[in-house]
Amino acid sequence: MAHRIEVGFRQGVRDVLGEKTARKIVEHLGIDVAGVETIEVYTIEGNLTGDELTAAAGGPLSDPIIQEYAVDRPLAAGFDWLIEVGFRPGVTDNVGKTAREAIGLLLGRHGAVQVYTSRQYAVKGDIGRDGAERIASGLLANELIQRYEIIGRDEWDSARGVAPYIPRVIIDDNPSSEEIDLAVSDEELQAISNSRVLALTVDEIKIIREYLRTESVLRGRETVGLGSQITDAELECLAQTWSEHCKHKIFNSLITYEDEQGKTELIDSLFSSCIKKATKKIRKVLGDDDWCLSVFVDNAGIIRFNDKYNLVFKVETHNSPSALDPYGGALTGIVGVNRDPFGTGKGSKLIFNTDVFCFASPFHDAPLPPRILHPRRIYDGVREGVEHGGNKSGIPTVNGCLVFDERYLGKPLVYCGTGGIMPARIQGEPTHSKKIIPGDVIIMTGGRIGKDGIHGATFSSEELHEGSPVTAVQIGDPITQKKMTDFLLIARDKNLYRAITDNGAGGLSSSVGEMATLCGGCDIDLKKAPLKYAGLQPWEILISEAQERMSLAVPPEKCEVFLALAAKMDVEATILGTFTDSGIFHVRYGEKTVAYLDMQFLHEGLPKMRLFARWTPPRHEEPDFPEPEDLGRALKEMLGRLNICSKESVVRQYDHEVQGGSAIKPLVGAANDGPSDAAVIRPILDTFEGVVVANGICPRYSDIDTYHMAACAIDEAVRNAVAVGGSLDRLAGIDNFCWCDPVESDKNPDGLYKLAQLVRANRALYDYTTAYGVPCISGKDSMKNDYIIGGTKISIPPTLLFSTMGKIADVRKAVTMDAKRPGDLVYVLGETCEELGGSEWFALHGFIGNTVPKVNAQRAKKLYRALSRAIDSRLVASCHDCSDGGLGIALAEVAFAGGFGMDIALSDVPREGITRDDYLLFSESQSRFVVTISPQAKEAFEEIMAGHTCACIGTVTSEGIFRIAGMSGKAIVEQSIGSLKEAWQKTLDF
Amino acid sequence: MARTVKTIVLTGNGTNCEMEMAHACRLAGSDVVDIVHISELLCGGKRLGDYHFLNLPGGFLDGDDLGSAKAGANRFIHATIRGSREKLYGQLVDFIRDGKLILGVCNGFQLMIKLGLLPALGGDYATQTVTLTFNDSGRFEDRWVYLKTNEDSPCVFTRGLRGMYLPVRHGEGKIVTDNPDVLKRLRAGNQIVMQYSDETCEKAVMEYPLNPNGSVDAVAGICDESGRIFGLMPHPEAYLHYTNHPRWTRENLPEDGAGLSLFRNAVDFIKNVF
Repeated sequence: MAHRIEVGFRQGVRDVLGEKTARKIVEHLGIDVAGVETIEVYTIEGNLTGDELTAAAGGPLSDPIIQEYAVDRPLAAGFDWLIEVGFRPGVTDNVGKTAREAIGLLLGRHGAVQVYTSRQYAVKGDIGRDGAERIASGLLANELIQRYEIIGRDEWDSARGVAPYIPRVIIDDNPSSEEIDLAVSDEELQAISNSRVLALTVDEIKIIREYLRTESVLRGRETVGLGSQITDAELECLAQTWSEHCKHKIFNSLITYEDEQGKTELIDSLFSSCIKKATKKIRKVLGDDDWCLSVFVDNAGIIRFNDKYNLVFKVETHNSPSALDPYGGALTGIVGVNRDPFGTGKGSKLIFNTDVFCFASPFHDAPLPPRILHPRRIYDGVREGVEHGGNKSGIPTVNGCLVFDERYLGKPLVYCGTGGIMPARIQGEPTHSKKIIPGDVIIMTGGRIGKDGIHGATFSSEELHEGSPVTAVQIGDPITQKKMTDFLLIARDKNLYRAITDNGAGGLSSSVGEMATLCGGCDIDLKKAPLKYAGLQPWEILISEAQERMSLAVPPEKCEVFLALAAKMDVEATILGTFTDSGIFHVRYGEKTVAYLDMQFLHEGLPKMRLFARWTPPRHEEPDFPEPEDLGRALKEMLGRLNICSKESVVRQYDHEVQGGSAIKPLVGAANDGPSDAAVIRPILDTFEGVVVANGICPRYSDIDTYHMAACAIDEAVRNAVAVGGSLDRLAGIDNFCWCDPVESDKNPDGLYKLAQLVRANRALYDYTTAYGVPCISGKDSMKNDYIIGGTKISIPPTLLFSTMGKIADVRKAVTMDAKRPGDLVYVLGETCEELGGSEWFALHGFIGNTVPKVNAQRAKKLYRALSRAIDSRLVASCHDCSDGGLGIALAEVAFAGGFGMDIALSDVPREGITRDDYLLFSESQSRFVVTISPQAKEAFEEIMAGHTCACIGTVTSEGIFRIAGMSGKAIVEQSIGSLKEAWQKTLDF
Repeated sequence: MARTVKTIVLTGNGTNCEMEMAHACRLAGSDVVDIVHISELLCGGKRLGDYHFLNLPGGFLDGDDLGSAKAGANRFIHATIRGSREKLYGQLVDFIRDGKLILGVCNGFQLMIKLGLLPALGGDYATQTVTLTFNDSGRFEDRWVYLKTNEDSPCVFTRGLRGMYLPVRHGEGKIVTDNPDVLKRLRAGNQIVMQYSDETCEKAVMEYPLNPNGSVDAVAGICDESGRIFGLMPHPEAYLHYTNHPRWTRENLPEDGAGLSLFRNAVDFIKNVF
């Protein structure tokens, strides 16, 4: 029997969620509503007496001071339209789960009930059924994961209300293993791949077909009762392991690259020849001082923090799911990347998140292609998903940025990065590497397995299309994960397990499959896996990406203690099998073998792809617009641009201080609202050693040359770290490539060019990471960020996020970007050239141009070292990096963040080939900073800067006016800092 | 005088500020500081009674899924110690009866409110009389706020303190009561310990964002009638050193953060009383 408990606010109590919803309806949809009230609905399945229902309603489910409740009768009244939104069957319902546990505890009967939640929106206003439909589908419900019901005032039964609806998953529980005949035509092979969302090519399936014709393989299969046909579990497992998402086929491919002169050369794996090779070279130079501990081999990279601790870092993307369900996709993205450093080495405690989102303009006002959500909805949903994932996990979100470009309409990019810290040794053993001994027990901990997240890995290895599966979308559960990580950190410190990894893309097939390579095989029984509901097929259990799970290798003698600790801490832990050295990935369902694959074939069986790339440098129209008369107005217009303006409203909604080690916050300055260049935290509270975290990203330059785009991204990430007091001495990088499909095909005719763009970006990565001595320690790529439906194709601009994490010896020497005192001297470091190609200034005028900024790493490196010395000597009052919008923007930000004015003479700015004041103000030449120092520090500062491009260009003033004299000496800008700040703050003030 | 001050910092089920809260207690001079997972209490491995000072840190108990700390309060009231009929809540009642100290911050404060531990008018520690609900802004926010402290309050933790600057990091920090009498008694008994204020820390304000959530009477923290039980939304454990201050690079600040003094007062009190 199902009951409904409804909980609403009492008369006279503010319903802020209702108010916020009403505001969004007006702002997003342009529908005029008079008001919205919300009611929480708990649909309860189970045998409860009336008294018990009342006890639940009046106990854990409602607040006695401000709420009222009703059992099996409706609360809603006086509305014009009632919209109730609930989950579809099988979708994670975190609130329902908490309510179930709370009621079980209340009644002393664990598992007494099932609880499903939904929410009612009682809308007042003459909006018609059409309007209600638009509100429900366009704002309140995402139909992929939610269902809604609309009831008009006229049809409302005020005695009965809405009938209980149970979104229970009902599937025939008939687990079986299917065999698939691969001895069919190419067309049929393609059809097999498509219909199962395998993202395997016909050639790849043929490799599997050949494998199954090998005599020794057949003999082995016979011993476990398998024949010559592939099982569904095997095929699905191979598809996961061989997916672009897991295998990085493009980064490991053999590429024939042809440059603009027609010269060709063969590149054997961009990953090996650019990224890994660069790190290897840097480590060799470091020699005995090599502080890299684990690179590219684990879920995240590890570097040494000090003698006692190591730092761990990884950045991931969760683009495709976020396109379909921004909230769930982003939430899953953040809690998913959390598990990477958590599952690295022996496991690390998570100490920071850093997020970068790339969206189309939230003010987009053109019609939307099918299946695309409005960018404002994506913006709000992603922001909220990361808020819930990060804040509820107790990990500070210390740094990040938002990037806007119309081409992110097809797929938004949601980069989530997480850092961790681990003791360097536990019980005398180093923690940064993994070892598994045959006989170790395979244990899965955390959440249960459902159909959620099936085909996530393969789905994200394709473009977004009509058939993109909705099961790939899921909702993360940060609290289940927090409970699990609380438990596992204790288990780690008691040395109760040998190795740990996360269950992410590809589920158990990837986690256990990859761990099994450390010992040479495994034997697991899927029947033992805990399920959310009955009815999953073995192959589904094997590849489900249901969240909040870690897999562990536990020595047999420690199993009992491990499981007892899990039980005590209320964390589910289940033995699934054992690690072996059989050379076989052996999967059973009970006694029946459902997969029996050679480890060698599973991991090495895929030959390299052969791809072709041709670089044809693009030529864009050279801009021809006159220098504006009013550069003050231009400056304000620039400050308000999406890529430059304040992101405070987003930043404030993320907890950036939890864990107590916050030293440089994302918002700094006199009014706590200036834009910080990078974050500094103290992960260990009894030392002043800190961690600096920064990012660099500049996709606009890809329109001209991805080589320079990548160089600029790396330079930006490095100089941001240096700007707050980090140094090149111990700075590690993470590369994260998000590309549009670079493989030429009928649907992708410019694949040669896009692959050439990828080659060029990787070459820059090699050149610049080695020049700076900033090794990549881990990375990620996402190669199919295209949208193809009907005749519409939208491809993102090739985007590299370069993230840096470094050690800062003493956080008390860190600096912020805000001007500190009137009378301080303003310096610019680095030369300004006419490099406006791809700049915000050109974009404002509708141009791309061709003069993309170029980085002189040798010169920049020396400058960065000098600046680090000056900061270390406490000579620098403030330091801000020049990036989007150039010098003009940086100067204005330094001034208004400090609450002071400035007098600046452009004639003193070191420059090359610039004849226009607007170009000097807005050129985006790299490797530049604005620094302010006290006049007393002048001599010492200039001495350190001797030999570098550095000039005093003005002073900080007390009166709050920002004045710039142009190259001719004429006043070109005179604005109050209040008005500049206002222009900068108002764009995204929502 | 207590020979050793023993502090327990409770964690588990979504609590996440335990590390810095324990650090604060150590800096304040507590001899023993144990971060204890609630499962340790529930299995009988540890007992509240072994400590003098209970810290309920911030976080998201059970995700705040049923309203902030609601499910957490439900657990505290109904959970029994394994293998016995003893309720965890009983240990809490004994702890209070023994005159020991409890400090709840943010989610810990929400937990205390929903349990009825605060304001506990007339010594009734089991009936909820006020609540903490969604900020008027409708959003979670991390921002620093100025606080006026009530010098006439019996609160042990704020003795000798005048004003404070601390961060809030919450979505449900607005104090509300349905009974005007409750507010009157809170005022009369000086149980309103901290209020959101202007930059002077002298004038309580209702204006956003100085008052970040729209709390009635600008209330940021309250204590019970004894002053030994105190809860507040701002995070004192987030300001233990000057480098935590958002403007430390531009202001001259003392070495210790202002938040530390609350913990020092607590430890000193225990040293003197026990």
